[in-house]
Amino acid sequence: MDPGFFVVQFLNGLATASFLFMASAGLTIVFGVTRIVNFAHGSFYMLGAYLAYTLAGIFMDAAYGAMSFWGAIFLAAVIVGLLGILLELVVLRRIYDAPELFQLLATFAVVLIVQDLVRMTWGGEDLLGPRAPGLKSFVLVAGRRFPEYELAMIFAGPLVLGALWLLFHRTRFGVLVRAATLDREMVGALGVNQALLFTGVLFLGAFLAGLAGALQLPREPANPYMDVNIIVEAFVVTVIGGMGSVTGAFLAALLIGELQAFGILVFPKITLVLAFLVMAVVLIVRPYGLLGRPQAESHGAARAGAGLAAGTPLQRGFWLALLALLLVLPLFADEYSLKLMIELLIFGLFAFSLNFIMGWGGIVSFGHAAYFGLGAYGAALLVHHFAWPMEGALLAAPLVAGTAALVFGALCVRLSGVYLAMLTLAFAQIVYAVAFQWVEFTGGDNGLIGIWPASWAASRTVYYYLTLAVSLAGIGLLWRFLYAPFGYSSRAVRDSAIRADAIGIDPRYQRWLAFTVSGIAAGLGGGLYVFSKGNIDPEVLAIPTSVDALTMVLIGGVETVTGPLAGAALLTLLKDFVMPLTLYWKMVMGVLILGMVLAFPKGLVGILADRLPALQARPAERERPA
Amino acid sequence: MTLLRVERLHKSFGGFEAVRDVGFTLEAGERLAIIGPNGAGKSTCFNMIGGQLRPDHGRVLLDGEDITGLPPRAVWRKGVGRTFQIAAAFGSMTVAENVQMALMNHHGRARALFPLARELYREEALALLERVGIRDQAERFCSMLAYGDIKRVELAVALAHDPRLLLMDEPTAGMAPAERHALMRLVSAIVAERGIAVLFTEHDMDVVFAYADRILVINRGRLIAEGPPEKVRADREVQAIYLGSTVESPA
Amino acid sequence: MNGGAMLEVEGLVTFYGRAQILFDLALEVAEGEVLVLMGRNGAGKSTTLKSIMGLVRPAAGSVRFRGRELTGLPPFRIARSGVGYVPEERRIFAELTVEENLEVGRREAPPGKEPWTPSRLYALFPNLAELRRRRADRISGGEQQMLAIARTLMGNPELLLLDEPSEGLAPVIVDQMVAALTGLRQHGVSILLSEQNLHFAGRIAERACIIEKGQIRWRGTMQALLADEEVRRAYLSV
Repeated sequence: MDPGFFVVQFLNGLATASFLFMASAGLTIVFGVTRIVNFAHGSFYMLGAYLAYTLAGIFMDAAYGAMSFWGAIFLAAVIVGLLGILLELVVLRRIYDAPELFQLLATFAVVLIVQDLVRMTWGGEDLLGPRAPGLKSFVLVAGRRFPEYELAMIFAGPLVLGALWLLFHRTRFGVLVRAATLDREMVGALGVNQALLFTGVLFLGAFLAGLAGALQLPREPANPYMDVNIIVEAFVVTVIGGMGSVTGAFLAALLIGELQAFGILVFPKITLVLAFLVMAVVLIVRPYGLLGRPQAESHGAARAGAGLAAGTPLQRGFWLALLALLLVLPLFADEYSLKLMIELLIFGLFAFSLNFIMGWGGIVSFGHAAYFGLGAYGAALLVHHFAWPMEGALLAAPLVAGTAALVFGALCVRLSGVYLAMLTLAFAQIVYAVAFQWVEFTGGDNGLIGIWPASWAASRTVYYYLTLAVSLAGIGLLWRFLYAPFGYSSRAVRDSAIRADAIGIDPRYQRWLAFTVSGIAAGLGGGLYVFSKGNIDPEVLAIPTSVDALTMVLIGGVETVTGPLAGAALLTLLKDFVMPLTLYWKMVMGVLILGMVLAFPKGLVGILADRLPALQARPAERERPA
Repeated sequence: MTLLRVERLHKSFGGFEAVRDVGFTLEAGERLAIIGPNGAGKSTCFNMIGGQLRPDHGRVLLDGEDITGLPPRAVWRKGVGRTFQIAAAFGSMTVAENVQMALMNHHGRARALFPLARELYREEALALLERVGIRDQAERFCSMLAYGDIKRVELAVALAHDPRLLLMDEPTAGMAPAERHALMRLVSAIVAERGIAVLFTEHDMDVVFAYADRILVINRGRLIAEGPPEKVRADREVQAIYLGSTVESPA
Repeated sequence: MNGGAMLEVEGLVTFYGRAQILFDLALEVAEGEVLVLMGRNGAGKSTTLKSIMGLVRPAAGSVRFRGRELTGLPPFRIARSGVGYVPEERRIFAELTVEENLEVGRREAPPGKEPWTPSRLYALFPNLAELRRRRADRISGGEQQMLAIARTLMGNPELLLLDEPSEGLAPVIVDQMVAALTGLRQHGVSILLSEQNLHFAGRIAERACIIEKGQIRWRGTMQALLADEEVRRAYLSV
């Protein structure tokens, strides 16, 4: 083959790497100092692109030229930096000591809010920005044309790296940031006001994200999806490089950039998967990334954790009444309400399965959608390609998901805290990418259609009863496991792994088993889901599905048994209620989640339990068999 | 009868030799204390016996059986119960459930999916709690307990599988002075009635000299003295390390 | 209370989780003196210093520095009021150079005082001078201890809380440490030192408090302590 082609491909890889690095550097710096995985970093990136679009428009109308263009880029980055300060003051400052889940959800809520703010301000269309004056042409590289702007960008990444190096080694602020990354408390004991330092770090992180987004404008139009797309890539780069390491991020960006440039030649089918595969491999070999350090302590570790009380007669009465209500519901509910109830039951099972490992096992999964979606896809593929009947496909769904959970779980449970959450996310993205790219088998973006229930279950009422029976059976089993030695063992490991190990429990094995059980249950929910919809597409595997489950658990209360069910009901109904009312339901959801995290960290059922002691029996009042 | 034999145990972290060729024996029914300044290697030594750390070389023999390098759960199965310096109980469980958890493991049912855990081995658990004097706290969550009582929960948990050897890392740390003696009297009584052995580290010299049959002194990873309390108290080198004259050359 | 007390600690009660470490502890440090807090390990020495510095929050009691209440303030405020803290584990910033470590500690001196500068500190700790560009995890334990003290001095504290500075140091390094700390006193820095090493303490402190099981059990001059074999046997020896 033509060597010039390879040279150009290599340069393409370098340009990609440069962008990846600029988009990730801020994320890793913010994590290093604050220990918060900031989802809103993607929003900053997107805002950078949109602001640059508007500013460049204004400036270049006033005076066309390079100064106007670069001035717009720089100003956009500065404005985004100021927004970073706002985020620190309003949100992050309140959650530095909160468990990871709260931090992840709070910053994701900001993502939702910003998405709708952007749509309100700039609309949903792609906005193509101006090209950089003076860099519009091509250069000849080994006889091939290579865009000047790309060439310039190849130098931009190392330039930013150099600037950061100078900042971190030649300024007091930079030295303090590095010191705080190593030992926050000691920096405080030496008289440094951490709050100010954190504010400064958020400015820097957001500035870099805004800069990366603004520089992207001449390459690719500003669009409302760029936030989630970039954050996923930035996570990969940050995690591979080692969270908190700027140099690590640079190396990781080079690795991913070149891998994508050449990977597309060798494995054109799996370019999306490739990055996540690399990330999974790196985390398995080096659990803290290329240049990362172990985290001092996980946030969740110090919590006492919730206990389990025996049911009171009042509680049992409540559940029986609810069950009776669910049984007679089809007598007076219309078709639409039944459809909604089916969804609610399925998501109840999904959320319950997540909390089975999260609340009761201390394993924060950020990719639970993988198991729900694999159940759904497993069933759909069996129906579509192999003409399985619904019954068989429904049975296979949890097995497909469970097998994946068994494999992924074995690797995930070796880690803890944020790293574990990131690895679960990576696996979910791998599954998502496969579903997206393997068009012949999965239907790709369009998914699969015509996955309907068997004829006997075709009526909405019958399918409702089927869903009711299966999901309640799933929930009931998990519920029982929580009260059985199995659930106690999981909780023992969550409370104190060292103590659990010293009384005969293998902590990792127990976490692995619980992870697998949870995956099986999620897969069951996925199987029910696909037949209720009649079709499936990769969205079911995407980040928002995982976040939905986390939100349900959070709304209901992590440290409760029934919370996830209440959360699933509330979120499902809320979406159903809010979505038709406003175009901007994401913002409404974002504000609700944010309010929830900041104001009611215990969730709904947690609050109820505090207010109404009868609902959750206190130890003193517990009835005890002799 | 020699219950525990430790031979030339060695562990270094990076270039730092935390424990250097430590060896000793422990007889059934004996209370053996390990003392030494901070960073002397007591906890490292302890964690190598309990399985939390793997020694670089050396052997740990329990009743003649080699248990070197086994993980904690396996060491536990061989009949070693252990308590921790910073008491580790399952905060989300009641006192009784903590002990039941250990009993479920002992009876091989810790992964059962269907029985109600809180009803399993309850009587046995309550009997153990009775023995350590906190039967009246059985229904309280561990997260709400006074620290001294958590130490007793740990003791009950450590006794659940009828161990031959108890490892207690600073059993009285963090307790009020009066509670310390009560706890150690209890431990002594249990050791006597069950004929088991106890190996403990301790900072409180009152406790060490009142309750140890024999004392090992470790400094900079080395065993520097060993013997009954009077002999150790009179040892010049021990005096020196506790009062800080630097008789040793730099590490 | 005599007017000379710079630091006054009263009724200090501190827990770690539910473990009580300090029981109604009281002590004071006078202007310009070196007070040593002696006791065996686990007695509560480090916890006392951390409680004063605000690194653990006492459940009860008060800490006053020059008449100002410190309890409840965040550590950086306490540091800015003139209290410097050198932790037992040193906690130097391993990936920063010696010079950068000093930079982290740098703060304005109170008006009228000559500020500590790296060059003045290199005069006090000569070993550090040639290591200024070296990464802090590539210097010896004794040098790290000196660096930890120098770093805190960069904040120009009037009172230095020193947690077991002699621990794990070779005798020759201990001698250098004694020289440096004696030099500090001449610069008017008061020191509250926690120590297990009686010989080291005897060379720099004027007064001693003995802590045992979270309470001060004995207080007096260093000479009195060195002369009183019974007290030493009771609280410090085995």
